[in-house]
Amino acid sequence: MNLLATIIPQIILATEEGGHAEEAAHAIVPGITSGALVEWAWLIPVVPLVAAFLIVFFGRKSPFKGWLMAELSIGFVAVYGTVLFVLNATQGIVYEGQVEIARIGELTLEWGWMVDGLSIMMYFLVGVVGLLVFTYAKSYMHGDIRFTWFFASFSLFAGGMLVLVASPNMIQLIVGWELVGVASYLLIGHYWEDLTNVDAANTAFMVNKVADAGLFLGVIIMAVSVGSFRFNDVIDVVVHGEEGALSQYAFWAGLLIFIGAMGKSAQFPLHIWLPDAMAGPTPVSALMHAATMVTAGVYLLGRLFPFYIDPSGLFGGDVRNIIIVIGGITLFLMGFLAVVQDDLKKVLAYSTVSQLGYMVAAMGAGAYTAGLFHLFTHAFFKALLFLAAGSIIHAVHSNNMVDMGGLRKKMPITFWTFVMGTLALVGIFPFAGFFSKDEILASIRYAGESGQEVANLILFLGIAGAFLTAFYMMRLVALTFFGTYKGHAKPHESPKMMVYPMIGLAFFALTAGWVNIPGVYTGFTTWVATREPLTGMGDHHSESFDWTLVAITSAVVATSLVIAWLLYGKDADTQSERDRFRIPGLWPLFQNLYYIPSFYMRAIVRPIMGPMANAVLWFDMHVIDAVVNGVGAGSVVFARVVRATDEDVVDTVYNATAAATGASGSVLRKAVSGRVQQYAAFSFIGVLVIVVLFIVF
Amino acid sequence: MTITQFVLVATALFSLGLYGVITRRNAVLVLASVELMLAAVNLNMVSFDTYLQDQLHAGQMMSLFIIALAAAEVGIGIAIILMIYRNLHTADVDELNRMKG
Repeated sequence: MNLLATIIPQIILATEEGGHAEEAAHAIVPGITSGALVEWAWLIPVVPLVAAFLIVFFGRKSPFKGWLMAELSIGFVAVYGTVLFVLNATQGIVYEGQVEIARIGELTLEWGWMVDGLSIMMYFLVGVVGLLVFTYAKSYMHGDIRFTWFFASFSLFAGGMLVLVASPNMIQLIVGWELVGVASYLLIGHYWEDLTNVDAANTAFMVNKVADAGLFLGVIIMAVSVGSFRFNDVIDVVVHGEEGALSQYAFWAGLLIFIGAMGKSAQFPLHIWLPDAMAGPTPVSALMHAATMVTAGVYLLGRLFPFYIDPSGLFGGDVRNIIIVIGGITLFLMGFLAVVQDDLKKVLAYSTVSQLGYMVAAMGAGAYTAGLFHLFTHAFFKALLFLAAGSIIHAVHSNNMVDMGGLRKKMPITFWTFVMGTLALVGIFPFAGFFSKDEILASIRYAGESGQEVANLILFLGIAGAFLTAFYMMRLVALTFFGTYKGHAKPHESPKMMVYPMIGLAFFALTAGWVNIPGVYTGFTTWVATREPLTGMGDHHSESFDWTLVAITSAVVATSLVIAWLLYGKDADTQSERDRFRIPGLWPLFQNLYYIPSFYMRAIVRPIMGPMANAVLWFDMHVIDAVVNGVGAGSVVFARVVRATDEDVVDTVYNATAAATGASGSVLRKAVSGRVQQYAAFSFIGVLVIVVLFIVF
Repeated sequence: MTITQFVLVATALFSLGLYGVITRRNAVLVLASVELMLAAVNLNMVSFDTYLQDQLHAGQMMSLFIIALAAAEVGIGIAIILMIYRNLHTADVDELNRMKG
């Protein structure tokens, strides 16, 4: 196969395209722009996808029933991603590979792979977090009836995300986007014997589809007005500030694409699928909430960041106010819901939605680095929290915190890693979340000072969100690990295959924030830079910490932790029953999730579903059944015709043939007398007849 | 001597042979009658060969073939008749009608 030989010459380097050459030279990160390492990076998304299909077909008979194949493929991504990450950190990489697949009129379909700061960070995250989660999942899923199928879906999930983050054009992005969507559907509905899990999978799929409609429309508007699907072509138009079709439709394109991002990144009011997605196995939650799927929306905002930051004021700048408000609402409202949940995983789920709100708000404030920094650190500690939660669930055989308590002594490693994840999430110095959340708040404050008025309000929501985060995490730790054990199973520390990945993630939860300390070391700022040296309103890279803000948030977090400990920690045994009295009035509102799911059910799902169900029933009864019955009756008639033909025509012919043969036989047998001399006489007479005929004629 | 005389003798011989084949009941005599018919054919062959003055003497060659064939035929025929007689204690062709259909 000369496939590779045909691919490689067609690679187009971003730096070799005429006008880009000078700009690329001015980019923040010059450095590696070609070479085998980046040219072969297309393997990163391809390997897990190939592994997924191989596991489906050959998984059952392969070593460890397919797990090994999945582990090796994600391990390849982890190693490749780490190598790229380190090289990017030291030398910088800007590369864009393209292969033309088809040309339809003026439209060119391309398969490509970006190797720049943003994509490399995602390769690294998906690879490393994925590797640890896959390792963990082997023990967690041990004995599952669909073990092999699980790892096929899981590889597809990671592969789809890698296709998404590798894509230099919007078509490939949508392909990856939908691959992630369908893989998440399979994984959330993994235990499909239970109807609630099926409903959760359907919810996730449907809500994402609603958002995808926005994404499709936005992409169509953007691509048609620019005349290209490539992100770089869109960004060129934005950077040069060209007035034209794109600037005319910029608001709608930006808003619709953001609606797509809201779906995947679970922003209010499209957040409802993410807590439901807890129906899947815990490793799925860990990967989905950390590196894969929910980060896709934030990633997309980052990829189109120049469009939203809008230096010329012609493009998506207006959308940014909507983005920051949606992010602020999400981070604030979802924090409350995490406070009232009794399900261990649901607390973490609402926490994820809340943290995604922070990232989106940062993007809305124009703080590219801060948003991605929080995505980076959050991926590690949220994966850790989910793995630790899975470890607890594995031991207790229940999701409900009512069945837990007092696990501190019984599961010491789980406890300490969970605490490290909690400290990182809450934002305690020197854990990762401290730096990233602080940078977001500082960026939002800076955006407010530079003229984005709404950012001032969002800053308060952000600080309130920090209070809520500390509160629900302290409640979670207190109810789970302190007090006395109330469950029925006998909890014990999880096997090594589960504990080691948690320790690995705990290491990152501690250290991941140290790559971007204002005034000390700000490497991360350049690591995620793509190609344009754009600094946004909030992306100002301050020389030192915003000390007032640090003091305020630290005080808020500390207060919150103390309050939560006083409420839940001191006598943890009876607290969950007493929650009801702690927050009078608001309790039912939170408990019913602001009535959003029931509102959707009543306003959207039932009005559509009821008439549709009737219509489908009618169609089934009157059209499909009629067709089926018609086919059945037709078959009977046809069968009768066939039978009549067989009996009356075919059989008659056969019988007649047999009878004729018998009759002629019984006539002719009289001639066979057995007398040799008679035969001789007959033959002589025959010869005589022939001779006479010869002579006469 | 004309060709007609030779043909008449040959016809007489053939007719005698045919009569014997059809009427004799003893299988050995049937075989002998067949030999008479073959002799009639040989006579015809040689006569016409001379009469037509064939340069290759195809008629004489053919008669030699027929004599050799007749010898072989008698050998096999006598052997068969002998075996039949040993097994069935008769050589009467009227009784040997096992091939009756």
